[in-house]
Amino acid sequence: MKLTLKVWRQADPQAKGRFETFSVNANEHMSFLEMFDVLNEELLAEKKEPIAFDHDCREGICGACSMVINGQAHGPLGGTTTCQLHMRHFKDGDIIVVEPFRASAFPVIKDLVVDRSSFDRIIQAGGFISVNTGQAPDGNAIPVERDKAGAAFDAAACIGCGACVAACPNASAMLFTAAKVSHLALLPQGQIERKTRVKNMVNQMDIEGFGKCSNTYACEAECPKEISVDYIARMNREYFAAVIAGE
Amino acid sequence: MELDSKIPPGPIAEKWTRFRSTVPLVAPQNKRRLEVIVVGTGLAGASAAASLGELGYHVKCFTFHDSPRRAHSIAAQGGINAAKNYANDGDSIFRLFYDTIKGGDYRAREANVHRMAEVSVNIIDQCVAQGVPFAREYGGLLENRSFGGVQVSRTFYARGQTGQQLLLGAYSALSRQISLGSVKMYNRHEMMDLVLVDGKARGIIVRNLVTGKLERFGAHAVILATGGYGNVYYLSTNAMGSNVSAAWKAVKRGALMANPCFTQIHPTCIPVSGDYQSKLTLMSESLRNDGRVWVPKKMEDVHAIREKKKKATDIPEEDRDYYLERMYPSFGNLVPRDVASRAAKKVCDEGRGVNATGLAVYLDFASAIERFGKSQANVKGIQNPDAATIRKLGEAVISEKYGNLFEMYEKIVGEDPYKTPMMIYPAIHYTMGGLWVDYNLETNIPGLFALGECNFSDHGANRLGASALMQGLADGYFVIPYTIGTFLSKEIRTPATDTASPEFDKVEKDVRDRIDHLLSVQGKQSVESLHRQLGKIMWDHCGMARNREGLEQARIQIRQLRDTFWKEVYVPGKALEFNPELDKANRVADFMELGEMLVVDALDRNESCGGHFREEYQDSEGEALRRDDLYAYVSAWAWNDSNMELTKEALKFENVELKSRSYK
Ligand SMILES: Cc1cc2nc3c(=O)[nH]c(=O)nc-3n(C[C@H](O)[C@H](O)[C@H](O)COP(=O)(O)OP(=O)(O)OC[C@H]3O[C@@H](n4cnc5c(N)ncnc54)[C@H](O)[C@@H]3O)c2cc1C
Ligand code: SF4
Ligand code: FES
Repeated sequence: MKLTLKVWRQADPQAKGRFETFSVNANEHMSFLEMFDVLNEELLAEKKEPIAFDHDCREGICGACSMVINGQAHGPLGGTTTCQLHMRHFKDGDIIVVEPFRASAFPVIKDLVVDRSSFDRIIQAGGFISVNTGQAPDGNAIPVERDKAGAAFDAAACIGCGACVAACPNASAMLFTAAKVSHLALLPQGQIERKTRVKNMVNQMDIEGFGKCSNTYACEAECPKEISVDYIARMNREYFAAVIAGE
Repeated sequence: MELDSKIPPGPIAEKWTRFRSTVPLVAPQNKRRLEVIVVGTGLAGASAAASLGELGYHVKCFTFHDSPRRAHSIAAQGGINAAKNYANDGDSIFRLFYDTIKGGDYRAREANVHRMAEVSVNIIDQCVAQGVPFAREYGGLLENRSFGGVQVSRTFYARGQTGQQLLLGAYSALSRQISLGSVKMYNRHEMMDLVLVDGKARGIIVRNLVTGKLERFGAHAVILATGGYGNVYYLSTNAMGSNVSAAWKAVKRGALMANPCFTQIHPTCIPVSGDYQSKLTLMSESLRNDGRVWVPKKMEDVHAIREKKKKATDIPEEDRDYYLERMYPSFGNLVPRDVASRAAKKVCDEGRGVNATGLAVYLDFASAIERFGKSQANVKGIQNPDAATIRKLGEAVISEKYGNLFEMYEKIVGEDPYKTPMMIYPAIHYTMGGLWVDYNLETNIPGLFALGECNFSDHGANRLGASALMQGLADGYFVIPYTIGTFLSKEIRTPATDTASPEFDKVEKDVRDRIDHLLSVQGKQSVESLHRQLGKIMWDHCGMARNREGLEQARIQIRQLRDTFWKEVYVPGKALEFNPELDKANRVADFMELGEMLVVDALDRNESCGGHFREEYQDSEGEALRRDDLYAYVSAWAWNDSNMELTKEALKFENVELKSRSYK
């Protein structure tokens, strides 16, 4: 299939970006990133600069890939990362617009590569259980209800890609933060630090310049791991409980 | 060179306990003066950096990824082993030790493996305390399943995303230390070389991948936890960025590479579909718990399937060859990886592969769906359920166990594995070989340690499923915090490393020269295409089956390709900028050298064992022929461009009897 790509090019964080148009021949078995590989090989053959994009596992788990495809973070297919999107979902003659995940808390490094270290700092603010190596009791000392463990897992499945931020009109990081807060709040091990954790993480989210949540639910719709917005409601409850208790 | 493995004295079950109570300690006030560099934030690196930070050392931690959480460990699917014996099925530390030694085809060091089995139980406790959401039984206790090569259920898992959940646990512990200031984290920083001062590892030269600037970091000791080198084959299940460079730079500075030819081929990967393919996707081994592997018995069926005149489901039961169950009745579909991979190759070599390329076999869940469906119907009190109900109930069980893997398969292949069997084929997956380390996980360079997949220590010639995660976390959480004391206790008076020294000048210059060289070639071939060519040589001659003639040819071809690389490579852009092609070029240049060492090692080892199958050494039934009298050693190689030098560490087996591995 013959495709036209309009891709965001930006030399460095300060540069003014622009769209550049390419045509590329793809086949339906390729993944979206393999289609970019093919394009980049062509650019290299012409001694032109290849398009920079983040990627690593290409299995939908590392959270590195990050493209907005035709206006949607990770493209048109629900529950799918960019690397797992295959070209059979496109057709000959399509025009595809590809941009980076945009947010002021995710500055562009180059082309489609953005800096998401703000997510790391949210975790550093409290996304952990304080237990030093060697201090743990036996793994079976505290039984955990199967369903609770399952719900904690569902939240913990977040890959930290940032699509929720890119999808949100306010560039809010609520879904990402709520997923981590909920994962730990649902488990007995997470109880002790429950209140300080949610306060510190929400606070850090604000410091990083992420926007407020206005309940558009665009995050859930574009989250490749289908993390539910119910976790945002849960985090809000956790947060207010913590703030009230703290006062 | 003499290699001292520093195995502590005493009976195997007491070595580690005795070691811990006699190892020299570093007092807390001294820990605060000591700096440690940790390169890598996978399971091994993140757990090590966090634990050392907790103890009070000053840790500087590096990853080329944009976040520590993206390390390749995140992709591990199936599970992690531990000798908890929660299943009450006869497991024990000794049995885990024994299975690992046997599974590794008697080419691993007993003392290290026993220690790993001992601390395996602590790992699970630690991870649970961190909030890792492992699978649980209805009663709320931890659930287990079994993996290839063993007859007990000792594998803990978190759906099909065990590596992700364990890494997020280690990442959270690391994040806590970062917030406390005991670990300083450097993302998008790639180690380019190792700096030795007076023969000891004292620092690294790092490239800031965003700006391209070279930076110097000094410390009292350096830990590498930089993962495996499977990408020397180009196509593998490893993440695109996985590379050997950090370990290779250590080798170029004098560290030894052990058993490089011990590479693991995983039997259940999605087959190659085209020549644009960038990587291969693993379908977890856990699937072999419930999936049955087969190819058609009759060639006419094979042809009909390839021509799409027949589907897998059209082949009647009696015309299917469930070859693993036939060849290995006692382990069946759960034989170890090397055995399963070779069997797949064998039936495909016979021409019975089931896709267009002839390189695929079926992994079929129909029987499991039926079995689970019936049992669920029973549980739910449904009398005489019809086939559709059984199917539906059975599919639900399979979905709960493997849902994400089935989805992943469907996304990639575009076929529904609930309705039609998966197609799979072996692919490079893991590297047992790695930097030579002693019992302390220290390389032959004093002060340089290697943890996780980048060392050679625990898996011999073949790794059992769910044991890499165990090893990575054992090394990082429970071993290095003790063993690093053997070195650092002697360094408490050593001042902070001066990075303005001539030693740092020299190494930084070497790095800069090489980058300039890469950029100056301005040839006609892309890094990717050269890497692809290397991968093909490696896979064709040093893959699932190897022989002298092929290996000798491969060595010549790799040399030629390396020359071509340095004459023909095209790297665009500049040194001082974000330049992913340059990053890749640096890594592939190292693979060109490692590839040759791998082949040289495979040539030296005139036997078949584990993942290393030399066609000259097989018995009348085609099974691997190990030669314990001649090759019960670890091969440790020093790099030398014209003549690589081999040092042997003899392996002594005092606690298990050397037997030929049988899974029949
Ligand atoms: C698809 C897949 C599934 C798997 N499933 C399982 C399983 O179910 N059970 C199991 O036990 N094992 C499994 N394995 C194997 C296991 O995942 C790995 O062996 C293990 O995670 C390796 O961990 P590590 O910490 O040693 O290295 P990695 O996780 O590879 O981490 C390497 C780290 O080093 C950094 N790094 C590397 N080089 C440099 C450099 N030059 N400068 C700076 N940083 C550098 C990287 O950024 C990264 O942070 C699987 C492997 C694959 C490929
Ligand atoms: S919540 Fe979803 S979209 Fe947001 S970071 Fe996590 S996985 Fe990505
Ligand atoms: S590349 Fe890892 S999630 Fe897409």
